[in-house]
Formats: sequence, C-alpha cells, structure tokens
Amino acid sequence: MSTLAKTKAQAPAFDSLPDANGHFGPYGGRFVAETLMAPLEELRLAYEKFRDDPGFKAELDADLADYVGRPSPLYLASRWSQKLGGAQIFLKREDLNHTGAHKVNNTVGQALLAKRMGKTRIIAETGAGQHGVATATVAARLGFECVVYMGTDDIQRQAPNVFRMRLLGAKVVPVNSGSRTLKDALNEAMRDWVTNVDNTFYIIGTVAGPHPYPAMVRDFQAVIGREARAQCLQQTGHLPDALIACVGGGSNAMGLFYPFINDAEVALYGVEAAGQGLATGKHAASLCAGKAGVLHGNRTYLMQDPDGQILDTHSISAGLDYPGVGPEHAWLKDSGRARYVAVTDDEALASFHDLTRTEGIIPALESSHALAYAARLAKEMSSDRRIIVNLSGRGDKDIETVARHQGIEL
Amino acid sequence: MSRLKACFDGLKAQDRRALIPYMTAGDPHPDATVPLMRAMVAAGADIIELGVPFSDPMADGPVIQAACERALKHDVSLRRVLELVQDFRARDRETPVVLMGYLNPIEILGYEPFADAAAKAGVDGVLTVDLPPEEASELAAALVAANIDPIFLLAPTTTSARTKTICAAAKGFIYYVSLKGVTGAATLDVVAAERKLTEIRACATIPIGVGFGIKDAAVAARMAKIADAVVVGSAVVECIATNAGDFKAAEAKVVTLLREMREAMDSRGANARVA
Repeated sequence: MSTLAKTKAQAPAFDSLPDANGHFGPYGGRFVAETLMAPLEELRLAYEKFRDDPGFKAELDADLADYVGRPSPLYLASRWSQKLGGAQIFLKREDLNHTGAHKVNNTVGQALLAKRMGKTRIIAETGAGQHGVATATVAARLGFECVVYMGTDDIQRQAPNVFRMRLLGAKVVPVNSGSRTLKDALNEAMRDWVTNVDNTFYIIGTVAGPHPYPAMVRDFQAVIGREARAQCLQQTGHLPDALIACVGGGSNAMGLFYPFINDAEVALYGVEAAGQGLATGKHAASLCAGKAGVLHGNRTYLMQDPDGQILDTHSISAGLDYPGVGPEHAWLKDSGRARYVAVTDDEALASFHDLTRTEGIIPALESSHALAYAARLAKEMSSDRRIIVNLSGRGDKDIETVARHQGIEL
Repeated sequence: MSRLKACFDGLKAQDRRALIPYMTAGDPHPDATVPLMRAMVAAGADIIELGVPFSDPMADGPVIQAACERALKHDVSLRRVLELVQDFRARDRETPVVLMGYLNPIEILGYEPFADAAAKAGVDGVLTVDLPPEEASELAAALVAANIDPIFLLAPTTTSARTKTICAAAKGFIYYVSLKGVTGAATLDVVAAERKLTEIRACATIPIGVGFGIKDAAVAARMAKIADAVVVGSAVVECIATNAGDFKAAEAKVVTLLREMREAMDSRGANARVA
C-alpha cells in the first residue's frame, strides 16, 4: 500500500496523534460498516467534550482514588533485581487495583462517559475475562444492564471469571463462531452494537478498534504512566532508563508508555506472546511476526495468512491471545520509538515462579511476559540503571493454568 | 458502459426492479458456485452478489458467517473467487457480478493488482462492507480506473450530510441497509425504509438497492415498490445451508425462492412506486 511507504517521511510528533480521522501514520482509522459511523462520531464528540470537562475529570479522579484504589505503588523489587544481578527493577503495581488488573482504569472512564451520554446498556468483549469482570463491576456500580461476549473456549479456560461476571449481574453470552476466542467475541459485540446502537455503549477493553477507541482507551490508561513518571522522579530523582510492558491489544503498555513518549532517553519495550516459539507459528506476536492489514475497525499489524484470512493465535496467557494489536503500537514500531520483542510460554512461566518466590508477588501470566524480558534486559545493564515493568495484573486467575502445566489438577 | 448501468437502464425501460441474490462463493463447495450462479440467473436474478469468504465477517449474521466458514474449509479466498467469476463469465457475458466482502483480503493483494485481476475476471462492482467513503479514496480510484463500480452502503443511522458524501462517492448503485443490525436480522422497518429512501433519492443520481432482512416474496415485493433493486442474502444462503450435502437440492430450493420473489416483484400493481 502506498500509504505505508509514506510512514517515515511524515513523522509527526508522537504526542500529537491520532490525527482528526483517527490515524497514527498509516494505521488506525475507522473501518466499520456504515451503520456504526454515526454512533462512532457521536462517541468521539462526547469523549472530546467530557475529556476536558472539570466535572467529568473530578468524578473520574474521585472514582480512580476511592473505588479503584489509585495511585498504585511503584515498588522496587530489590531482592529480584539483586538475584538477576543488573539494573534495578521497579514494578508498577496495577495488580493492586480493584478487580486485580489495569483494565478497570478504562472501564471506570468509559462507564462515566456512557452515563453522561444517557446510555442504559453496556456491552463488552472479553478474552481472559479480566476486561469482562472490570466492565461488569462498573456496570453493577452504576446500575447498567451488562452483556459480555466471550468465546466458548475461553469460557472453559476461565470459569472463575465467568462466575464472577455472573455474580456481578452481567449476562455472559458464549460465542461459538470462528476460533471461539477473543477475536470472535469482539465480532459478536460489534454485531450487538450495530443492532442496539440507540441505547447501548460498547466498552472496548484495549487500545484497538475504530477511532476514537484507541486514543480514548490510551488516555484512560495513561494514568499508569503519569503516576509512574512522578513516582520514579520522586523515589530516584531520575527518569527510568527503560519501560517494559506486555502487549496483547496493548492497553497497559500504551498507558505506561504514553506519558514518557517525548522523553527520548527512556527506551520503550513492548513484549508480545511468542507462545511455543515464533518459528512454530503457535504464537500471538502480530508486531514481531505479522503483516499490516485491516481488522476490527482499524489498520494495524495482524496475524494473517497469505489470503488475508485471520489466523488462530496461541499463548498460555488468554489476555495476550489476540491476532491484532492497537494501531498506535504499529506506528511506534515503524517509527522506531518503541521496540517490540517476544517471550515464549516457558520463559513467561519461569518468571512467574521467580517473582512469586523472590518477592511474594504472584503476577498475571500476561505480566509475566514483561517480567521475562525485564530479566533478560536487566542482566545487560549496570546496577545504577532503572527499569519500570508494568505489573498489569495479579496471577490468582492463572493458578489453575499454572497447576495444569505442572500436571496438577486443583 | 458498465454492465450494471446497462442492466438498470434495461430494467427501467421495462418498469421492472432488479432482483439481486447473494451467495457466498465456495459455499457449500467451490464446484457448486458457478452452477448456482447460472441457476439464479435462470430463475430471474438480474445481478449476482457474490460474497468473498472472510474469517471475521463482523457485519454479517450467523447465517452468512456459517457460509464463510463452509467456504473457507475449501480454501476459497479472494483469488479463488475471481477464478469462479471468470468461469461464470465464460458462458454469461451479460449478468453483472458484484463482489461483497471485507477489506483485508483486498488489502493484502494490493488495491491495483486486485482491481486489475477483478476486471479481467469480469467483476462489475465491489462492495467492501468495512470500508466507508472516508477511508475508500485509494481503492475507489483503483476500481474506477479498472472500470469497476465501487458500491457503498447507506444505513438508517447515516446523517443527511453523510448521505450526500456517500451519494457522491458511489457508483453502480447505492446499497441501503434497511435495518440497524447484521445481515439476516428479523426486523425490517418498512416505514422507516420508505422515509429514508425518499431522502436518498433527493441526492442520488444512481439506482438504489435495499438489503438486509428481506426474507420472502412479500417483503421483496413491498421493497420493490420503493427501491430500484432488492438484495436477498441470508434467505438464499439458508436454502444452501439446509441442503449443504446435496448441491442439486440446494439449487432447487434457491430457484423456488427466487422465482417466488421475481413473480411477486413483477406482479401487476407491485411496481407502482409509492415514494
């Protein structure tokens, strides 16, 4: 595509994107059926209006403080850092948020927006169930009807989260089409939205989808990076040398990276799921091993075959098991501002155990991918260097998966 | 002149409306596609809309989604679809063929190579469901250069300002999505469709087709009173799905459905335009 060739020459400032049409360089945009164009425009206008509204900001800040439990700590994992024998590793403790992951930062924000827009019904897609739980949580609190779409394979893998959502009053709808995982749940949520656009607000859980979702979700998650930047300066007197976050759709990574995007001296690393290894094809590393294309309303890197059909992905972590990635990550990769690497199931599991034993923190398998790369990078750096890892979620939800991997049935 | 224009001009001269059946290419098997297309023409189809199978058909309901999955089992993707159109063209030089699908399979081929290959195969129009006019200028230019009409959707939610933009960008015909929902949904609002079509007619210079939710001859006939073309998708695919193991039986069911629709649309009084 000719627009792809233009990428480097145009190079706008990183914090000025997306443009008015939702483009990050050649990525992003709004690739949806006509029926959704008007509701997306309505959403963009509402978001741009309330984003800067003092009343909205005050309510959001109060919810983040008193309901979510922010700010989350920036914790120096000194024992683990010492064991690795290199840079100091700080953990941004998103695992300590209400509902146990960063996902709630975004659902609190979008639910407040839904309330302002007069919507009465909330829908969401979910893979691991973390975004579904975070959505069902805010829907319960604000009294919204809530429907969560989830692939039937994921429903089997994540039974506790399914029950959690039902306890919270959400209807969990099994999606039996395609690969019966996250991408199919997203298709089904889009179909619901197109049918019920008048009263329904679709809370997308990651920095992907049609404009304005990638920018809006990033902005709601950027609280992670704003806090981390201030905490790091306060604790160490310096900016970090590197940031590391796992990337499925990429919302925890975008949230951490964005407030540092103009700090050229801070290296940004996104860690994708290499599954059983990039060479096996059984992975979910769309930036490391995919090609640009269009899916779920945006142009981005995708796992696809030579005919443009979307491929099934694999990762031990359900939250990274997605064939696309947020369009801003695609842009940060092409422009060279961020680097994207991949970590296998086995490497992630090793770091899962390592952090649990040395720091007494059980990380989510998603976050364990970021930890595994931190372990690699730290060893190449001296002890006066600082790395911040986004510990995006807690690992309680994963103990069955880990046990099964060790041949133990709980 | 494009085949679509010739087709609509010819129908207009006879005061008839176009019947446009949809089928997913390669469903239930690539060997059945060209015979089915020919049978549809014999049963009264004026234009054929051929679905390009895609793994993630976001705007389609369960019926067409299942059709995509059946076709993909036989590896029927965009390149194979173009071969099937070429086979159809070998014996039918008149019936327009419109491809309906999603952008990604086109994007990976490249816009110009796709447009050239489609023109060579005998494609007359391309409707890309997830490509609104705002993102479509490059593909539309490539298609027009290859003498293929870029067809766009209009929806119940489309604002008046966008209606004008879309009418200006569209060629061949405008496809009005008659309901808020996916293909094959149950609730077509005839009154709302009539109101919207009046608005579209005020700025469209090309014919207007109506689709999504047209299930039987009665609804087809009602829509034929207000639109220039009636698109029938899920109802056709349903006939194929229930007889996926028996191509001849599937074909017979499709032919019966289309004949009923054709007859209802052409019957006396049906064509007096309400709008």
